[in-house]
Amino acid sequence: MGLITSIIGRRGLGWYLAMGTTAAVLAMSIQLLANVLDSGTQTVTYLMGNWPTPFGIGYVVDPLNASVLVIVSIISAVVTLYARKSVASEIAHNRLHFFYALWLFCITGLLGITITGDAFNLYVLLEISSLSTYTLVALGRNRNRRALTAAINYLVLGSIGACFYLLGIAYLYMVTGSLNIADIHNILVNKVFPTWGTDAPQYRTTVIAGFAFMSVGLSLKLALFPLHGWLPNAYTYSPSAVSALLASTATKVGAYVFIRVIFTLVGVNFAYTVLHTDTVLMISAGAAILFGSWMAFRQTNVKKLLAYSSLGQIGYITLGFALGNVGGLTASVIHLFNHALTKGGMFLALGVVAYRTGHTRLKDLQGLGRKLPLTMAAFTAGGLGLIGVPLTAGFISKWYLVSSCIEAGRYEMAAIVLIGSMIALLYTWKVVETIYFGKRDENAPVVKEAPVTMLVPVLLLAGGSIYFGIDASLTSRVATAAAHFLLGGAP
Amino acid sequence: MQIVFDYYNYWICIILMMVGFYGVIAKTNLVKKALSLSLFQTGILVFYISIGKVEGGTAPVLDKSVDNPVYSNPLPHALMLTAIVVGVATLAVAMAIIVNIRERYGTIDEQDLEQLEHETQD
Repeated sequence: MGLITSIIGRRGLGWYLAMGTTAAVLAMSIQLLANVLDSGTQTVTYLMGNWPTPFGIGYVVDPLNASVLVIVSIISAVVTLYARKSVASEIAHNRLHFFYALWLFCITGLLGITITGDAFNLYVLLEISSLSTYTLVALGRNRNRRALTAAINYLVLGSIGACFYLLGIAYLYMVTGSLNIADIHNILVNKVFPTWGTDAPQYRTTVIAGFAFMSVGLSLKLALFPLHGWLPNAYTYSPSAVSALLASTATKVGAYVFIRVIFTLVGVNFAYTVLHTDTVLMISAGAAILFGSWMAFRQTNVKKLLAYSSLGQIGYITLGFALGNVGGLTASVIHLFNHALTKGGMFLALGVVAYRTGHTRLKDLQGLGRKLPLTMAAFTAGGLGLIGVPLTAGFISKWYLVSSCIEAGRYEMAAIVLIGSMIALLYTWKVVETIYFGKRDENAPVVKEAPVTMLVPVLLLAGGSIYFGIDASLTSRVATAAAHFLLGGAP
Repeated sequence: MQIVFDYYNYWICIILMMVGFYGVIAKTNLVKKALSLSLFQTGILVFYISIGKVEGGTAPVLDKSVDNPVYSNPLPHALMLTAIVVGVATLAVAMAIIVNIRERYGTIDEQDLEQLEHETQD
């Protein structure tokens, strides 16, 4: 268990170290998930330096973050395997070890955010992963200089988001005098909230202001609809492997932190019943689904299309936890996993196109179905997953989402999910049609199938997204456990 | 007026943060933007440090010569050391990216950059 920490502070000495580390982390996090699900209390804790938790910093693992850990480590291991060839073609050779050092820092930060039980520690790890992400995005400069402006834009917005989160913790610290998430929750629920019904409500404004700052900050990190400005360009212009890693882990971890803050820090009762945050989140989520899908349809650069589609998928995830019932949370957690597989696979497949042709514009994909049969089949499988066709992973999460929308009496949100899927059908069809029915330019350079180390990850993720669409028992068991844990632990 | 003087530390934080925030939004020069971001972070640092102050408290060093000493809360100070490091790192990364932008585009003004990107659709 404590071995998870061993990745912290590790400097990458090249691809081999990165690969070894991510593979080891994958094995450990799967083991951890199994442990958590088997243990009676459903939590595993690790105290750093053996200091008891309100004083020391503890790692707390419950079904929710164990599953997010597995998502992050699966994606990072698979993408690292892929990165070797892909990154070597996009970054100068004498800088490669720096790339892998940043890469590991980023993954460390993401895993750390997921596992920590301390609100301030979470901020520090958030900044570790964000700072390395800004740099990784900027490394796309060799192919397109717009990576630089995308990176600075992301840096400014990301830092403001992190600062807002930090300010939010300051307010909660003023009220509770604690930084441990479970401890803050206990103090709020047992000492602060009961006074609100009386004539002398304590710290009401302070807690509300703190939660508001944290929500806005995290929405920025998560790229929830009105605060998504940094996302499309950052995903489009970063190196292929980085896009895949970001799209399938970074925003997922943002969503996880938001779930954590709402359900285990301030409590669902405060967030949804007292403050009606759920209404705000649902409006943003609905807008994100419609806007993201529509903008995706309008793009001519396929990478940007996928980036906007991610925006819509973030909307689905947010909608899931905004519903606040067991079904919605289950849908949210399942979609975290399924979307990570689907979108990761699609970005990797697109990375193969970039590796072979140097571009990701729609017209460069014309007729590639015959040249890159396996890669393009994987891409299409991912696209079907985005629409939510039965027998793909996307179907499972949308099924849960729509049925829990109806269960909560939110018929309009169910309708928005379905409309979003229709638009996804349009934009996926646009790409698939180009791939299979487009005529390849006579003068276009000859394109071969991807090298093995790139092909295997693409097929793994695409295969995974189909496997978990056919046999969803594993994912839904884990997600249901997480949802019950969150709502059972909440007052 | 009472509320201004009683809570002057908070007012200073608010002013610092808002000056920084205004700069981040309104300035088009990227260096000024990055510095404003730094100012914004400083506002938060001051906020944390001021909430750790205990009335009449001294520095939290164990002093056996004084009976029942009152100490300021050292925890926010320790937290802010970390946050300062994060702030420095952010500024450094921002500056490195800005230098790169200057090399590739020849300008660090946001409006010029937007125009350049608009002209070259790639």
